[in-house]
Amino acid sequence: MIEVKNIKKSFGDKVVIEDVSAVMKAGQCNLIIGTSGSGKTVLMKCMVGLFEPDDGEILYNGENFIKMNRNEKTEIRKQIGMLFQGSALFDSLTVQENVMFPLNMFTTWPTKKKVERVNEVLDRVNLKDTNKKFPAELSGGMKKRVGIARAIVLNPKYLFCDEPNSGLDPQTSLVIDRLIKEITLEYNITTVVNTHDMNSVMEVGSYVLYMYQGKKEWEGTNKQIIFSKNQRLNEFIFASEFLKDAKEMRMLEETGKMPNDRNIDDMIK
Amino acid sequence: MTIFRDIGQYLLMLSGMISRPENAKMYWKEFIHQCSEIGIGSVGIVVIISIFMGAVSTVQTAYQLVSPVIPISVIAQVVRDTVILEFAPTLVCIVLAGVVGSKIASELGNMRVSEQIDALEIMGINSKTYLVLPKIVAALVVIPMLVIIAGVLGIWGGRLAGSMTGIVPPSTFDQGLLDAFEPFKVIFALYKAYTFAFIISSISAYFGYYVKGGALEIGRASTRAVVISCILILFADYVLAALLL
Repeated sequence: MIEVKNIKKSFGDKVVIEDVSAVMKAGQCNLIIGTSGSGKTVLMKCMVGLFEPDDGEILYNGENFIKMNRNEKTEIRKQIGMLFQGSALFDSLTVQENVMFPLNMFTTWPTKKKVERVNEVLDRVNLKDTNKKFPAELSGGMKKRVGIARAIVLNPKYLFCDEPNSGLDPQTSLVIDRLIKEITLEYNITTVVNTHDMNSVMEVGSYVLYMYQGKKEWEGTNKQIIFSKNQRLNEFIFASEFLKDAKEMRMLEETGKMPNDRNIDDMIK
Repeated sequence: MTIFRDIGQYLLMLSGMISRPENAKMYWKEFIHQCSEIGIGSVGIVVIISIFMGAVSTVQTAYQLVSPVIPISVIAQVVRDTVILEFAPTLVCIVLAGVVGSKIASELGNMRVSEQIDALEIMGINSKTYLVLPKIVAALVVIPMLVIIAGVLGIWGGRLAGSMTGIVPPSTFDQGLLDAFEPFKVIFALYKAYTFAFIISSISAYFGYYVKGGALEIGRASTRAVVISCILILFADYVLAALLL
């Protein structure tokens, strides 16, 4: 579990995050959503220690990450996996070398065991037989999946995903969302996803934190979003007429006024 | 004010890279990789430059030494001292600032922009130690070797040019090389090589590591790395000459 308590962060005179608090539980996808510039990426970078907050606490299972020394932070970071917006794969390394990198750095396993583990996680993200390929030879979706494989290869307790769907088509986005959700449940990981993709919110958002101009504007589950009266949240999530209609349909389904017999798998085929 | 911020940040980068490696084997692998990148990648240009600078030195020295009082073997002495004291360390390192410096800056800049450095930090790896330290140590090992190669090839190029043009017969050139030779000059060239190697690698790493922005900024950082490295090499060249000669 990760607790964020009264986090504040400024760059010069510009206040980017103002007094944000949240509790992100294990075994569920915790989403940070908001418009561009709302501070969600800065909040995530504060959580993983890439930025130091001006004030507040970030607790990993009750331990304040901000107060830790470098060695203690390194120990926490070994339990963190992160999927970056651009995947952040090492260009000069093959898929296998990329995924094996954390194992090479932090384990003394024999090569055979490391290769087995790499194949296991690549298999888990549905990327068989890509071991020898370089990142430049992969599609955007495949890069994301390699990024996920690298993030989970050390069995992390915490998984951070920064805009995992950016640049992907809706179908591939859905595959990535489902993969993140499955992995979260399978390994009981505390997953934090930073997104402004509405499909992701509705697909995996067990807990949703909506940020507006650096402040926490709303929090709840993806089901509660449907019934939320928060005007800013509604304007952000249901921005188009199509999405407004979809919201009304979902409301009818959730309240039992309309049967939910849709099969998404059939629909995307 | 920017210059003071840059100096401070540069010193912080240098102090920040001194930490215990997470896995010595991986760091050794990276060090060897960098030795190969800096050394093997630059050998070709160093060989070409060295031979021609020695050849040009011989021809131009002969052109200027027209007095019948001065023996022809002096040309070899002048070529030897010029190559060892100045051309091999300084000229070669200025070229290496372009070849190696821009490569280091653009590589690290690209890693920064594509969040690869952030990825290392999140994994719990000190990115300065893993990315910057092996580059600096590799440069300190390999660049002096390149300077020695440049010195030897420069003198050989001078001898070859003297022989081919008929300005200095090889035997006379060899005799001139041995006349009044001071081993300290080689030591001095190595002092320069180590100093310049540190400047090239650390300055380029600094500009690459702290890039902000995109492709345009990587290009700018690369250019700044080369320009600042060249200026500092020339400044250090003067300081070392003033202090040690």
